[in-house]
Amino acid sequence: MNITRTINFTLNGEPVTAQIATHQNLVEVLHERGLTGARESCAQGLCGCCTVLVNGAAVSGCLYLAAFADGAEVRTIEHSENGELDAVQAAFIETGAFQCGYCTPGMVLMTRQLLDAHAEPSEDEIKHYLSGNLCRCAAYPEIIKAVKLAAAKRKIERKGAK
Amino acid sequence: MTLSTAAVGRSIPRLEARAKVTGRAEYVHNMSVPGMLIAKVARSNVAHGRIRNIDVAAARALPGVFAVYTGEDIRKLIAEPYYGPAFHDQPILAIDKVRYAGEPVAVVLAADAHVAENAARLIEAQYEALPAVYDEVEAMTSKAVVHEVLKPAGTFADLKHLKDKRDTNVALDFHLRRGDLGRAFAAADHVFEHTFRTQQVLHLPLEPFATVAIVNGAGDDSLTLHSSTQSPSFVRTEIARLFGWTDNKVRVKVPYLGGGFGAKVYVKSEALAAACAMLAKRPVKFATTMEEQFYMITKHATTLRIKSGVMQDGKITARECEVWWNGGAYADIGPRVTQKSGFTAPGPYDIDNVHIDSYALYTNLPAAGALRGFGIPQLVWAYESHTDMIARELKIDPLTIRRKNILREGWPQATGTLMRDAALEKVLERLAQRMQWEKPFQRGSGTIKRGRGMAIGFKASISPTTSMAIVNLSADGSCALYSSTVDMGQGSDTIMAQMVSEVMGIPIEKITVVHPDTDVTPYDMATLGSRSTFHMGHAVKNAAEDARDKLLTLASEVGLSAETTPIPDIFKKKYGMLAGNIVGVGSFVPSYQSPDARGQTENATPFWMIGATGAEVEVDTETGEFKVTRLVNLVDVGKSINPAIVETQISGATVMQLGFTLQEQMNFSDGHVTNASLADYKIPGMRDIPPMENEAVDAEQKSGPFGAKGVGESGTFGVSPAVANAIDDAVGVRLTSLPLTAEAVYRGLREKAGKPLKDS
Ligand code: FES
Ligand code: FES
Repeated sequence: MNITRTINFTLNGEPVTAQIATHQNLVEVLHERGLTGARESCAQGLCGCCTVLVNGAAVSGCLYLAAFADGAEVRTIEHSENGELDAVQAAFIETGAFQCGYCTPGMVLMTRQLLDAHAEPSEDEIKHYLSGNLCRCAAYPEIIKAVKLAAAKRKIERKGAK
Repeated sequence: MTLSTAAVGRSIPRLEARAKVTGRAEYVHNMSVPGMLIAKVARSNVAHGRIRNIDVAAARALPGVFAVYTGEDIRKLIAEPYYGPAFHDQPILAIDKVRYAGEPVAVVLAADAHVAENAARLIEAQYEALPAVYDEVEAMTSKAVVHEVLKPAGTFADLKHLKDKRDTNVALDFHLRRGDLGRAFAAADHVFEHTFRTQQVLHLPLEPFATVAIVNGAGDDSLTLHSSTQSPSFVRTEIARLFGWTDNKVRVKVPYLGGGFGAKVYVKSEALAAACAMLAKRPVKFATTMEEQFYMITKHATTLRIKSGVMQDGKITARECEVWWNGGAYADIGPRVTQKSGFTAPGPYDIDNVHIDSYALYTNLPAAGALRGFGIPQLVWAYESHTDMIARELKIDPLTIRRKNILREGWPQATGTLMRDAALEKVLERLAQRMQWEKPFQRGSGTIKRGRGMAIGFKASISPTTSMAIVNLSADGSCALYSSTVDMGQGSDTIMAQMVSEVMGIPIEKITVVHPDTDVTPYDMATLGSRSTFHMGHAVKNAAEDARDKLLTLASEVGLSAETTPIPDIFKKKYGMLAGNIVGVGSFVPSYQSPDARGQTENATPFWMIGATGAEVEVDTETGEFKVTRLVNLVDVGKSINPAIVETQISGATVMQLGFTLQEQMNFSDGHVTNASLADYKIPGMRDIPPMENEAVDAEQKSGPFGAKGVGESGTFGVSPAVANAIDDAVGVRLTSLPLTAEAVYRGLREKAGKPLKDS
């Protein structure tokens, strides 16, 4: 009784073809492929645990119909350029910016997007950007520290690259 | 073996840090196994009613549905399908009647979650409505009775007298009597009496409840449960009891938890998943949604009446406390909250004459259990608001009245147990220093008034409870720690590894912490009530010391010095190659004495937790809106095993309690939750965090492992009354119900001005 269709998209750099039901959201399709870093919590677009990058922009995977990912470039927290942690991930570890870790993938992806747009964000910009990501463990003070540290790390990386 | 690497006391990053930032940490909610069916539940839409009929035909007919079960089907499998830690009162699916709106009445299994969900919506049940009771004080005398007969589990001596009791909603009445209250009230210069209320709230870990139940082999009566539980050992025993099996037939495995906060203790999603798997003979996953968390377990709403006899100089000589705990439809661990927290209801003060009456009540609301503080935040809310109200009446400074009455080291608490290693005074004094309490305070100007408040609370540990641990040393000098403590974000894996490292002189990278698996890791009572650092910490330390001693013996047996020889060389000499291992075992159970009929005992707790908060606020006198501009949090955790993790525990606990103080509240209409989603029930986000300072005072728990004790809850204790006291300090408006809202402040301001709002 399900209406199904085939979609093609790039997942973490690899081309994939998936048979999906039209009502399925992106998180479900990712879970079927063994990627569970984007995870459903509120299922209402309110917590950010399900954050996925579609064509470079962060979306709530719980509300994003998988069908819309057809032809798109999808990246998840599992993606890594070279198998190494990036500046944001390293900063989260150094500042202890998580407890249970359930919200962490969403926080990391959102922080990357923030730093892409604002290389040296103010505290207010940090709070503004991350206000859609909830953390019930309330690691917020450490997350703010992590974002600042990540910004500093990226700055050093940029200098090194020049 | 080399000398100590001094692992304890260092802020090393969490062992699982990499797995968490790369999204690879495992949680049951995201887990799937081949051939798995998804369970979705149909819930009652009345708060109290006799089940007339459950029509599952349409659900069963939906293509893709594997099976639909009701309480009657469960009963064919399990004759008495009732579970619970204190009372065997909660049915796996409702039988005969429903006791709250949202209670599971039927379950659908399907391979596709969407099919299961759609089918569950097709289930129609008819009820004969029964009178319901929602208020905890009314429940004392209400004609509406939630459970016809009480069924205490038999585990707790103080519940025995309730067995087979009929027509009562009282699931436990705890009483404490000390001194001569009547005489003390008569002799007091002043008597003050106030009533306080707290609202029903809930844990809401971002990973909701989840269990994957797998029947092992064809026709084999045994189960493996992957579950998001804080209490694997309890789940094993309780599921085995339900099926009439021995413990070895149930294996419970726990990966990481996406938060717990007390929600995931005892049986939650496990019994239904296990029963479905046994009926279907297929793996079954029961994972709740965020919305369903509102029907699983909550924090007690309470009414607290507190009356004090006070001398002119502020010395408190008598205190009477009555506490009514709204336990909802099932007792869960409520009766323990009523007693174990109940006995601290008079506060951390030296009062000679005390009466406490504390009641666990059944009502027709979702069940209440333990939430980060085990009832303590509700009590501190009452007694610390009361402290300031007395101080204000007597024109005594809030710090002065606390100094005058605070329990000092070696003095008896209301149970008669002497305070030991309880840094109450130190915490209070450090708080006063950090707040610069004795310096002049800027009170604001115009319509913005500033105020400040403080509050201090304390908590006993749940006792007596047991922990066991195994340290397995490999020939190459690396080792594994086997413990059933669950890391739900509090960092237990890391601090336990630090303890092993400290004892054995093995670097942290060479230590693996094996996650709870009841076939592999030994018994632990549960990860709750801030007990793990102390109890499991002792067991782990003992196990590591046992392994170390065995290594010393082995070394001397083969004629080597364990001090100077690398571990692999000792094994090589013994076994001729890198082979063999050494297994150290450790266990711990603290001493304890049950309270007598008057609530008195010499040994109420193995340790005390202390927490205090200072708050500064700004209140707009035109609108009642207020802002918390500073929070200072002080705790006594003994010695910190990992100071960075301790700090996150303090601030995390504080922020959670700030949510319960300012914004969170479950709303009900005829027993139905009306805001069961994150859209309508707002938890603190990044913008809700005030400037915070956290400090663990320099202290030591002499009876603790490496001087340490629990930390997870202490940050919650003082938050709510500190903020309320600060509001009163700013504008002279006293709020006695949580949450504290701008509307309530505004109503208070209008009342004070002699122009009360009419529509209240
Ligand atoms: S699960 Fe998608 S935003 Fe919460
Ligand atoms: S770390 Fe637990 S929800 Fe953020």
